[in-house]
Amino acid sequence: MAMCIVVIAKENYPLYIRSTPTEYTLKFYYMVHTSLDVVDEISAMGKALVYQRELYLGLFYPTEDYKVYGYMTSSKVKFVMVVDSSNTALIFQKLHNSYTDVMCNPFYNPGDRIQSRAFDNTVTLMMIQVC
Amino acid sequence: MADTVLFEFLHTEMVKELWAPVARRGGGMSLSVLEGLGFRVGQALAERLPQETLAFREELDVLKFLCRDLWVAVFRKQMDGLRTNHQGTYVLQDHSFPLLVPMGSGPQYLEEAPKFLAFTCGLLCGALSTLGFQSQVTASVATLPACKFQVVIQKS
Repeated sequence: MAMCIVVIAKENYPLYIRSTPTEYTLKFYYMVHTSLDVVDEISAMGKALVYQRELYLGLFYPTEDYKVYGYMTSSKVKFVMVVDSSNTALIFQKLHNSYTDVMCNPFYNPGDRIQSRAFDNTVTLMMIQVC
Repeated sequence: MADTVLFEFLHTEMVKELWAPVARRGGGMSLSVLEGLGFRVGQALAERLPQETLAFREELDVLKFLCRDLWVAVFRKQMDGLRTNHQGTYVLQDHSFPLLVPMGSGPQYLEEAPKFLAFTCGLLCGALSTLGFQSQVTASVATLPACKFQVVIQKS
């Protein structure tokens, strides 16, 4: 089973990319990049939606089907996950909590790539759960 | 509860150590280190606090969040007043600001007051920056311990 998790800053550059297995990495980057447009679309028409926190994008790749899930925090940081299927709400919650911990780390400058081992471990745990 | 006192003592020491007199004619003081500290703390707080609340619909919601949730989390009370001209300028009023209360009430120590507000100005600025708004925050004191924070949101 393959999956990819990307954390994107509010200026739309990646803060953290992790994918497995590694030969699909480029494909995942491309999918995540295209899904950014959908994220912008949904947040632009945001006034009509009542519950704007979690967005589900159903994006299917021709040969194998993956679903791309998105989640946006109130600080406009987006988490994008490419995965076959799973309970994404819980995973995004945990991702958000880990990201908040990274933000509160005084040695982390907001806007840098995320190099925290604790965050890496959380993502690894989630990948193990899903795969 | 000991928590509030701990922060107040730490803040007092921070101000004592980190304010710098400006070494040019006319004097004045440089509070940029204190503001920078507040900025980083504000960024982290604004990430952690709104976890259960839904996304903010507009600017006024963000300001209300600052006046209610952020102020309660840091100072255990809500902001006493919020006024706006609906064009990006907001005035937040606190009738008894907890970091100024220990200094007494009245016009004494008025010149020292800005030092004790720099960290909080940075806090507001940092929180706004995480939530997506570039802003300029200034504080003014008429009589201790009441103070006003003026927030000007910069349109990009």
